[in-house]
Amino acid sequence: MAVEKTVTITDETGVHARPATVLVNKAGSFASEMTLEYNGKSINLKSIMGVMSLGIPQGAEIKIIAEGSDEEEAVNAVVDVIKSEGLGE
Amino acid sequence: MSNLKGIAASSGIAIAKAYKLAVPDLSFKKESIKDATKEIERLTNALEVSKSELEKIKEHARASLGDEHAEIFSAHLLVLSDPELINPIKDKIESEQVNAEFALDETAQMFIQMFENMDNEYMRERAADIKDVTKRVMAHLLNVSFPNPALINEEVVVIAEDLTPSDTAQLNKQFVKGFTTNIGGRTSHSAIMARSLEIPAVVGTKEVTAKINDGDFVIVDGIDGEVIINPSDDVIASYKEKLQQFEQQKQEWAKLKDEPTVSADGTHVELVANIGTPEDVTGVLNNGGEGVGLYRTEFLYMGKKELPTEEEQFESYKAVLEQMGDKPVVVRTLDIGGDKELPYLELPEEMNPFLGYRAIRLCLERDDIFRTQLRALLRASVFGNLKIMFPMIATLDEFRQAKALLLEEKEKLVAEGVEVSDAIEIGIMVEIPSTAVIARQFAKEVDFFSIGTNDLIQYTLAADRMNERVSYLYQPYHPAILNLVHNVIEAAHAEGKWAGMCGEMAGDSIAIPILLGLGLDEFSMSATSILPARTQIKGLSKEELASYKDTLLNMNTADEVEAFIREKTNQ
Repeated sequence: MAVEKTVTITDETGVHARPATVLVNKAGSFASEMTLEYNGKSINLKSIMGVMSLGIPQGAEIKIIAEGSDEEEAVNAVVDVIKSEGLGE
Repeated sequence: MSNLKGIAASSGIAIAKAYKLAVPDLSFKKESIKDATKEIERLTNALEVSKSELEKIKEHARASLGDEHAEIFSAHLLVLSDPELINPIKDKIESEQVNAEFALDETAQMFIQMFENMDNEYMRERAADIKDVTKRVMAHLLNVSFPNPALINEEVVVIAEDLTPSDTAQLNKQFVKGFTTNIGGRTSHSAIMARSLEIPAVVGTKEVTAKINDGDFVIVDGIDGEVIINPSDDVIASYKEKLQQFEQQKQEWAKLKDEPTVSADGTHVELVANIGTPEDVTGVLNNGGEGVGLYRTEFLYMGKKELPTEEEQFESYKAVLEQMGDKPVVVRTLDIGGDKELPYLELPEEMNPFLGYRAIRLCLERDDIFRTQLRALLRASVFGNLKIMFPMIATLDEFRQAKALLLEEKEKLVAEGVEVSDAIEIGIMVEIPSTAVIARQFAKEVDFFSIGTNDLIQYTLAADRMNERVSYLYQPYHPAILNLVHNVIEAAHAEGKWAGMCGEMAGDSIAIPILLGLGLDEFSMSATSILPARTQIKGLSKEELASYKDTLLNMNTADEVEAFIREKTNQ
């Protein structure tokens, strides 16, 4: 059973290099499979190229999904990072 | 032993082993393999070695350039751990039974094309990141060495086609004793950076990368513009002696460090320095600079992925002003365009970038960028003696618009309760002939002029200074240039304003006597040129030089001017 949460990107430059790096690093520290969904596309959240290829702009609604032994913790941790980085809410 | 001639870009002599900063030959053949497990292991090893190198480079960049410059390497590291990149390479090795080099190249190319085809400049730059890291991995697969300037840990001379500002930023002065390049001139970025790092450099040798191999022993003579490859012991000995004489001469110059610049007949002029970053201020003070005559702010904008924030800029300006105390600091607002590009601005390519959309032209249209810089400057103004200068002013109207924006931002800041200095002088760079010609009209409205000769010469003689085939037209002593400079100085003085010069010409030993005679008030040059210039001026009579003014202004050619000055000043 997967866990998912939706956040809105508020940073005026969207998800650019630095926050993308932080997100992927965070996702990489969990065992669960992690996916990011935006605009009908879904990519591997542990892939920096995947995240950057989406070109997520300000105002975008993105969905963070995790599936695996630590899914609950993983989704919460990624969402926390998005908030603490001032990237979204 | 062999010799190469080049352009002396930064004085001094370096004697050390050669370190070639060139991308190695990364060509490979597609091969069928039998043992896929072994091939994947080879790939994994190459990835691990690359990662550990990048970790080291990242730490080095963090220590010497700050967190922000180190971030790019974090992204590079993630690319090397990216499952979407690495798994397809492994799958390809297994399913197609091909060598790791081929699988890496095919897979990376697919991603590079995907990013290059995106309609956003930022994404296209990610393609360059992937190229960069895959080159490193490829080099390790092929067992060829890959240059890491940041990791140099023994004394070397760097040999390169050219050095970009970010290459030079990675060089560690402790180990890099000098450098030499194929291309470039006295005013190219590599040359300017060498002078601010105070390491000897010879540029524009055309073939230094072809003539020198890694590990060759090399002498870089930045005094006379020569590079000697694998010199004999005798030659090394004679250069060591030359170096010693140079050091002695420097000590002589150093005695004048805390003295004012005064001519033999008692006229005081100001010798100030050109800088690019707050770190350069140490060099200015060590070389007895009486101020900063040109702070090139574009380095804050270059080598980055996005515009610098107001806060970032404020910190840099404040750092320079605080370190300089009550000495004047002339800050030039953003001068981008021409040979200095900012990829993230996505500016269209132009046929004639030097005559195109650059500097103040860009700032007046993109006033969001300009206002941010002006606010940062205004906020920093209370920390020292700030003067603001606008580049590439062609019409009075441009100056008025720029000044109006500055005053608007000042008013806003004051209304917000922010403290701003009331003593900021506002001037312009004179580098376009139209402005030099009507300097009299400008002088009524500006607080000062600073003549930018590098561009003034290229615009007056209509010769691109980046084009080596017309480099003979780059003539600082051309009577047309002298007449324009004279006109600007006279115009300033008629209105009680001051006139300075911030091009390479201001530090030139032939030009200095001419400029002193014409009445120039401020000479801004590379920090290392200040003490030699002060020594020279101490021996010159301003009154005598002023009496040659009419003769010089009426001469026919640059050669006549040069010969006349050489004779009069025994050079």
